[in-house]
Amino acid sequence: MKRLLKYFKKIEPDKTKNPFLFSMWESFFTFLFVPDDETPGTGTHIKDKMDLKRLMSFVVLGLIPAYIFGIYNIGHQHFLALGQYTGFWEGWNLKFAHGLIKLVPILVVTMVVGLGWEFYFSSKKGKGIEEGFLVSGALIPLLMPPDIPLWILVIAVSFAVVLGKEVFGGTGMNIWNVALLARVFIFFAYPLSISGDNVWVSGFDNIVAGIHPDYGWWHTGFFNTIFDWFNLDKFDSHMAIVDGFSGATPLAIAKDGGWDAVTQAFSTHDLLWGTIPGSIGETSKPLLILGGLFILLTGIADWRITIGAVLGIIFSGFLFNLWGATPLMTIPWYYQFYLGGALLAIIFMATDPVTAASTFKGKWIYGFLIGVIGMLIRVINPAYPEGWMLAILFMNSFAPLIDHYIISNHIKKRLKSE
Amino acid sequence: MLGANKKPAYVGSNKIILLKKGLNINIKGKAENTFIEEAIIENFAIQPGNFRGVVPIPKVVVNPGDKILAGDLLFYDKKRPDLKFVSPVSGTVKAINRGARRSIKEIVITKDEKIKYKKFNSPNPDNISREDLVDFMLESGVWPLIKQRPFDLVPDKEIVPQNIFISTFDSSPLAPDYNFIINGKENVFQKGLEVLTKLTSGKVFLGLDANNKYPPADAFTKAQNVEKVYFKGPHPSGNTGIQIHHLAPIRGANKVWTVGIQEVITIGNLFLNNIYDASRIIAIVGEDIETPGYINTYLGADITESVRVCLKDSKCRVISGNVLTGETKEYGEFLNAFDYMISVIPTGNYFEPFGWFIPKKSRPTFSKTFLSKWINPGKTYSVDTNMHGQERAFVATGIYKEVLPMDIYPVHLMKAILAGDIEKMEGLGINEVAEEDVALCEFICPSKQEFQAILRDGHRMMIEQE
Repeated sequence: MKRLLKYFKKIEPDKTKNPFLFSMWESFFTFLFVPDDETPGTGTHIKDKMDLKRLMSFVVLGLIPAYIFGIYNIGHQHFLALGQYTGFWEGWNLKFAHGLIKLVPILVVTMVVGLGWEFYFSSKKGKGIEEGFLVSGALIPLLMPPDIPLWILVIAVSFAVVLGKEVFGGTGMNIWNVALLARVFIFFAYPLSISGDNVWVSGFDNIVAGIHPDYGWWHTGFFNTIFDWFNLDKFDSHMAIVDGFSGATPLAIAKDGGWDAVTQAFSTHDLLWGTIPGSIGETSKPLLILGGLFILLTGIADWRITIGAVLGIIFSGFLFNLWGATPLMTIPWYYQFYLGGALLAIIFMATDPVTAASTFKGKWIYGFLIGVIGMLIRVINPAYPEGWMLAILFMNSFAPLIDHYIISNHIKKRLKSE
Repeated sequence: MLGANKKPAYVGSNKIILLKKGLNINIKGKAENTFIEEAIIENFAIQPGNFRGVVPIPKVVVNPGDKILAGDLLFYDKKRPDLKFVSPVSGTVKAINRGARRSIKEIVITKDEKIKYKKFNSPNPDNISREDLVDFMLESGVWPLIKQRPFDLVPDKEIVPQNIFISTFDSSPLAPDYNFIINGKENVFQKGLEVLTKLTSGKVFLGLDANNKYPPADAFTKAQNVEKVYFKGPHPSGNTGIQIHHLAPIRGANKVWTVGIQEVITIGNLFLNNIYDASRIIAIVGEDIETPGYINTYLGADITESVRVCLKDSKCRVISGNVLTGETKEYGEFLNAFDYMISVIPTGNYFEPFGWFIPKKSRPTFSKTFLSKWINPGKTYSVDTNMHGQERAFVATGIYKEVLPMDIYPVHLMKAILAGDIEKMEGLGINEVAEEDVALCEFICPSKQEFQAILRDGHRMMIEQE
């Protein structure tokens, strides 16, 4: 480690001559080594071991179960379409390989583009890079359909980081959740690549019976060679989509047919564990809850927001049950959690401390309203397939207002007691 | 340990306030209740900068070489000429050192072997008017030992404080045990309290510690003519600011006073024995101290001479005060006037590989992301002066309120100060908060923001505004 430290010190770029390289070097260096800075002489002389790097990385750790399952499920959905290896463990090597082939480029592009912008702005500001993009960059791939064109991703991530965050002053100053901004950008600019029945199952040009999978060198060249050595199942481009496979998400099915149509296509077991089509990270509820418990119990995310949102969903789900005018309204309120991206949204995105309300009371209100508005958009609005992205961005905009009223009340109370 | 909400039996029918929020930072090097081998301290200094609200260049009336008694005038404030500062010891004026912009940094006095006191003609506080009492206290130099809140200023003589608050325990890391300090000084302490009761239109509140198995010293529990209130809860329960907030919060233009227990003793001595006795019992604590304990000395002791005999390692930071709120002192500097402790901790100028993820040593923390917080919450830790990270923008929101047992929004207050919004600062309660109250927020901040420096700036703006 000492040698590594010496080496890193030796290659340190000049800050004034090469600010971009320096901020890149600095961000890697401070990840490897906590710097030797000491506390100033006035103020606390000792500091908590906790810092922003740890805070952000713990959110990323909480997302890892969703990542692992996401990788598997990309492959699983692909083979369900082909009618092959439909059992959970059947063809596991193919499913993971296909998932990796789809997910790694998305993750790499997100990180390279996002961090590139971060390095650029931190070098312009002459300040150390803020760790905020670690979480945004880890969330963005989970919000995407597996076949998202990478060039669209480049534009979306750039939009989210530059116009969504850096113009406001960087991490800690942004109004809207960066990961959701990337998604909403694609949703409105390139709706066909992120909505409809065709995008959730990857590896095909079109979801029509008889279509062959679209395999490239990574499938047939790289992974098939490796699988050959170990005598495992291999990718076969002669397979074709089976009759009757639609690729629609349970939510899309529920829109027309209600809960009965959903359970005809998927078992509740599938819906719960997440072997269903959807955005990469949203499907497996137990694993999202596991990651959620991790960040809630360690105090990284504020439980008030998540619990508030859960109550909001239950409340509005219950009211819709009583109303019961459309198929979606008749879905029992507890099954609403089985559909779409509710859990991913309320655990990992609503709780973003920068864009959420900052007072305890405000967090309850903010969380609850996310639950209610998300459900309203999901159930009532025919134009949008799912509500959480818009609900959270909407409440992001109102979080400062909620805080403003709570703080004004607090101030009034103090002035009154004079 | 007692349960968090359980009232100890010795509280009896007294009022008790239970505080849940806060954090006890247990670190190595707590003082034993004994006096350590006496260090020979020759030099003492009064630092005008320790007294908030005093002009930076006061009028000094002594010259180097002058012989003076304990209680002789050293300097007075040019704007308020009756605000007088006297010598804590008898001896020879050694030097008058200047700091930035020719301000008076300190007036150094070399102590006689045996202290000779100036004799005062102390009146009986019961028989004179408040005005005469105040004039006598100004004349004898005990007036500046009192602090006026908000902003911890030297009190205005025209303003009658609404209440006076005295905390009889310190909950900060490695804090001295006030029960040990008060031992044998019960009479003078009581006398000091009686003087103070003459000065306020309200009450004198005594904040007592209900965190221990055993009751506080008799000097505190049996004090007369004062309002005794117990406090139970983690640090900062011993801060006067917290106690004021729960007893009679500062509102509008109201002013209150706070006095430390050893300052009360000095006032008591003046009226009981007619001398200005600035003797202080100081705790010398921290991991870099051989045998942490107490020393008998006087106000403004030379800090190098105080710790020299017991220093373990020269690569350390010497702090006047506690590790959360104190001030770093260099070689040849002096203990600040209101501090009862010197903390010495190792410096932290090292690189730590992956320290943010897998710490090499466990450190005190508020974050539940560390296993030690779950497994061994009462653990005693080593500390050093490393930042454990770099400064970032504010990101976290809820956690700060968890270590501040007040109805205050700390982050919103800080942001109002950073924006220079005076009206909002006032509304958010800047008058109620002292720097020491937000020290824990600064300690736990993952963005490493300097709460105390920001608040100091806010206080400065508020004072200028008046």
